[in-house]
Amino acid sequence: MDPSTADVPSPTTVEPAWECRDDGPSRLVVLSGDWIARLHAVPSDAFETILNGPGLSSVALQADKIGAWDSGLLTFVAGLRRGADQHGLTLDESGLPPSARRLLALLPRDALPAAPARPSRSIRAVLGTQALTVWAEGGAVATMLGETILRGGAALRGQARMRRTDLLVALQDAGASALSIVIVVNLLMGGILAFVGAVQLRRFGADIYVADLVGIAVVREIAALITAVVMSGRTGGAYAAQIATMLGNEEIDALRTIGVPLHDYLILPRILALTLMMPLLYLYGSVAGIFGGFLVAVAMLNLTPATFLAHLQTSVTGSQVLFGLSKSIAFGGVIAIIGCRIGLSAGRSASDVGRAATRAVVAGIVAIIALDAVCAVCANALRF
Amino acid sequence: MPPPLEDGAKIAVEGLAFGYGSEPIQNNLSFTVATGSIFAIMGGSGCGKSTLLKVLIGLLRPLAGTVHVRGEDYWSVSADRREQIGRRCGVLFQSGALWSSMSIADNVALPLRMFTALTEPEIDRLVQLKLDLVGLTAPGDMMPSDLSGGMRKRVGLARAMALDPDILFLDEPSAGLDPIGARRLDDLILALRDGFGSTVVMVSHELPSLFAICDGGIFLDADTHTAIAIGAPRDLRDRCDDPTVHAFMNREIPKSDSAVDDGGQK
Repeated sequence: MDPSTADVPSPTTVEPAWECRDDGPSRLVVLSGDWIARLHAVPSDAFETILNGPGLSSVALQADKIGAWDSGLLTFVAGLRRGADQHGLTLDESGLPPSARRLLALLPRDALPAAPARPSRSIRAVLGTQALTVWAEGGAVATMLGETILRGGAALRGQARMRRTDLLVALQDAGASALSIVIVVNLLMGGILAFVGAVQLRRFGADIYVADLVGIAVVREIAALITAVVMSGRTGGAYAAQIATMLGNEEIDALRTIGVPLHDYLILPRILALTLMMPLLYLYGSVAGIFGGFLVAVAMLNLTPATFLAHLQTSVTGSQVLFGLSKSIAFGGVIAIIGCRIGLSAGRSASDVGRAATRAVVAGIVAIIALDAVCAVCANALRF
Repeated sequence: MPPPLEDGAKIAVEGLAFGYGSEPIQNNLSFTVATGSIFAIMGGSGCGKSTLLKVLIGLLRPLAGTVHVRGEDYWSVSADRREQIGRRCGVLFQSGALWSSMSIADNVALPLRMFTALTEPEIDRLVQLKLDLVGLTAPGDMMPSDLSGGMRKRVGLARAMALDPDILFLDEPSAGLDPIGARRLDDLILALRDGFGSTVVMVSHELPSLFAICDGGIFLDADTHTAIAIGAPRDLRDRCDDPTVHAFMNREIPKSDSAVDDGGQK
């Protein structure tokens, strides 16, 4: 065994070599040198040279003079075997070291059957399959939504078959643990909004309306949307990853076999937690956003706190808070359902877990923005 | 230029203690693995066999003691040197630990692509050889997620053998294999040892293969947190007086347990 750890030929090893000695139709191939796979490659024309000759019927290998060897020798002999089969030659391996013959005996004598070619699919088949998948996925999401509505009431009355601790953990994770990041992000958003708004309003001498701008924008749109985006990245992705990991570990199969209703046990606590916590996060987010705007207005735009608060009071009405609040509840449900559904439909390998988490985040953000757009159009039509 | 390594492969462990955190799982282990031997790490579940393997392959720093691999103190050489020594070791993990984003052929080919100057056709030939040696009959472009546990194990072994390592560490190599596959694996391990002069360190519960192929071993005990027997498994079976070792080697329930049989809990 060559003790060197270097990846290049070291001075102590000798290039592999062979010599052909013909005796009528039989040929003796004498091997010498070191046959170390990672150090010396066997020239690819070796097989053709050795196996071709006028009237050749058998090739015998002799390895008396061989130095160190490892897989390099074995691949060489395996290649000769294949070539000899093709040329209809007999290959005599009895001159090889006994330990090499033992390893070679473990190789299959016949070439493995080639892998069946994957059938090529027409564009129609691809489109059709895609359409059916989308249709089935829509059905699955609708089922999940329906089950959530049916079982959600039961769960709130304490009749669902889920563990109380699971719900409490999910509530904590989607609520208290997320509070700090939601507050920070909303605070900064309120500040940015006040700053950008004030620069424009000042040109018309309307600095004072910055309170209206921040108040209405934060309460109606920004707080609900930004909180939902944060929660989609934070919690929606986590739901998908958790459930996909359980799927890969066969935990979901184990739950199914003992007859635990998956929806009650696994999905419901998560959806309930996010739907219940989102409005609270929204309220905290609104307060933080308005406070951010207030800080910028007072510190940098020379508004007095009293004027800011007075304007805020007249511009932000209860119905606007209600509008934002109901949107945040819907967003919470959407994020949780998407996260759980994508987790459940994930594959079973480690990379599938990552893919499920990414898909859940992207799909969640796209869905809440689309839903928000629909809400905006409806609110406009209803002059709300 | 790194210093030349001591000829051949050999592991010497002295006063080793290891564990997660500061509480050791095992204390005061001392043993040597001779060049070209097949060494078994044995013991009941949860006694730290796989953790010992982690220490030997450099994934976990021991709490005390030394590990000499081929004459070098593994944990006091530089990180680069450790990596270099590690490259001459092949490891089969308990669950195969295949890289799930690569086909099985790429899994085996990666070490060859990273650490040798071989061309693609040569690498392909070597990959095919390793997959043939472990008796894998699946096409190389399959993904690990398409394979059964036993097949993953075999691909893991083929990957461990990719660079023809001096030392092979195998964590439960025959778990998940059928009896014929397990027997084939024994033959392969013996042939690798005899052919390539590899040293093999394996964690195993498979008594028939322990008796058939191992010529050295250590028996770890979860209660006393140290080794209670050192020697070849077949010698331990025939000659060891320790009741735990005797029970393990003969598949008996220890007398202390059978008196208050609590359903296998200990």
